[in-house]
Amino acid sequence: MALLALGSGPVLAQKKPAAKMAATAGIPAASLLKGKSIYTQYCLTCHQADGGGVDGLNPPLTKTDYVLGDKTRLINVLVNGLQGVDINDEPYNNVMPSQDFLTDQQMADVLTYVRNNFGNKASAVTAAEVKAVRTANKK
Amino acid sequence: MKSTLLRPLLLSTVLVGSLSLYALTNKGTTVVADPDNAGLKLPTGFGALVVAETGARTRHLTVTPQGNIYVKLNRPTKDGKGILVLHEAPTGKATVTGGFGSYGGTGIATKDGYLYASSDQEVFRYKLDAKGEVTNPAQPEKIITGLINRRQHESKSIALDNAGNIYVNIGAYSNSCQVKDRQKGSLGQPNCPVLDSAGGIWQFRADKLNQGYGSGTRYATGLRNVVGLDWNQQVNGLFVMQHGRDQLHDTFPELYDTKQSAERPAECLYALKKGDNAGWPYLYYDPIQRKKMLAPEYGGDGKKEADPKYLEPAAAYPAHMAPNGLLFYTGTMFPEKYRNGAFIAFHGSWNRAPEPQKGYYVVFQPFKDGKPAGDWEVFADNFAGSPEKIATGRADHKPCGLAQGPDGSLYVSDDKAGTIYRIVYNKK
Repeated sequence: MALLALGSGPVLAQKKPAAKMAATAGIPAASLLKGKSIYTQYCLTCHQADGGGVDGLNPPLTKTDYVLGDKTRLINVLVNGLQGVDINDEPYNNVMPSQDFLTDQQMADVLTYVRNNFGNKASAVTAAEVKAVRTANKK
Repeated sequence: MKSTLLRPLLLSTVLVGSLSLYALTNKGTTVVADPDNAGLKLPTGFGALVVAETGARTRHLTVTPQGNIYVKLNRPTKDGKGILVLHEAPTGKATVTGGFGSYGGTGIATKDGYLYASSDQEVFRYKLDAKGEVTNPAQPEKIITGLINRRQHESKSIALDNAGNIYVNIGAYSNSCQVKDRQKGSLGQPNCPVLDSAGGIWQFRADKLNQGYGSGTRYATGLRNVVGLDWNQQVNGLFVMQHGRDQLHDTFPELYDTKQSAERPAECLYALKKGDNAGWPYLYYDPIQRKKMLAPEYGGDGKKEADPKYLEPAAAYPAHMAPNGLLFYTGTMFPEKYRNGAFIAFHGSWNRAPEPQKGYYVVFQPFKDGKPAGDWEVFADNFAGSPEKIATGRADHKPCGLAQGPDGSLYVSDDKAGTIYRIVYNKK
């Protein structure tokens, strides 16, 4: 419930963590910790403990624009799932199911974790950003 | 006079005879195993060599009676070759001498003067001449067309019988026929519609053009995905290795923990007869309880057994190891115990995570009178390179295809690095 409350003020939520991040010169540690737990529970089987994925089946989460680039596209992969897309010119044939059962905050945490683990380094994803994408999808 | 004339003639005959005999033996013994047995761990008396490093995604392979090696690539090379041709030097080392077929795929086999190869939608055949060379590389006959390919379980592996039929795996484009594939909590579709066009083995004629679903027969159904299959000459029947279901825990975490998810849905060997139904997606085979269990998507809970009407596996192997190659050994090079037994190439697991991964080896399953008899054993190990690489799934090599050479050598292809191995028996 606290998660929902956090997501209710998108403008504020978007600005505040950004400022905080700059101050701590990094990513919120709590988000990374929660993200890791979600990753272990829902993502690890396919994407593996090292985020390297599985040849030809499940794509790696490292060195890819899908993870490090546009956040909206990345959030949509969690919301809608993904199949039939080549990544870095490689086909991956398994289905990525929708993870729509995750809350905005859980999605934000796991994406922040993925963007800052396995050798990745990219800005955090906020619950407000997830909420905004989900809201836009419903329109 | 007579006798003096005859003598040199006789002598030369004896000489030629012994020379050719020497050459024959010599041909057998000049195939030398690599000093490190190509990095493999093998039973005593066996050796292995790297035949070639192709650097390609070598799926299945076949060796003609003349010793030509044809390898099917999952993805064509940069210059558009989906089948590689290799010729061996007497030492056993081979070079890629050509290629053809611009399509990716898995299946390849030779039978009665033809080479058969599959894309993920079609099967082609090529005529072989007396030297085992393809005569029509650019104009194959398309014998089967229009098979379903929705990326998941796309390999159309093939096997041929002795009555002019070809058997094609059409893998299910789904894990367990859920309404939403691989979605947590999603239930199974009633009367799984996938089975109409996939999730089974289809039989076609080996010599007819442009056969589709309408002209083929669904030979056996309820098979999730079969990559390794072979015709058993001893019992004149088809055997297949099924890739068991994934993700019991991910989809039904309240019913299965990660350990059960990693151990319970076995990889199964089935002996198939026309009309058989192995029960996918309604069941999985639990190798610990040795029972057919009702799938959670269809009301199972890890305790309820499945309808007994479905086919019993002939043998079961640890979960998720991905059996990609099956070969009944009919050669005479290996010791007697291997004759008519089955070699199985386990590509290696991924779906055991977070438990350590398993596989990346070639297994031998003893057979007696056409049935598995006795425990399977690891035959060729260490394709991965180290125990750590097995556990993490980051294997150097992943065994995929198996073929028997004319001398009884066992060939293994690896679709990770593209290495072609040859295993020989060299104990006197």
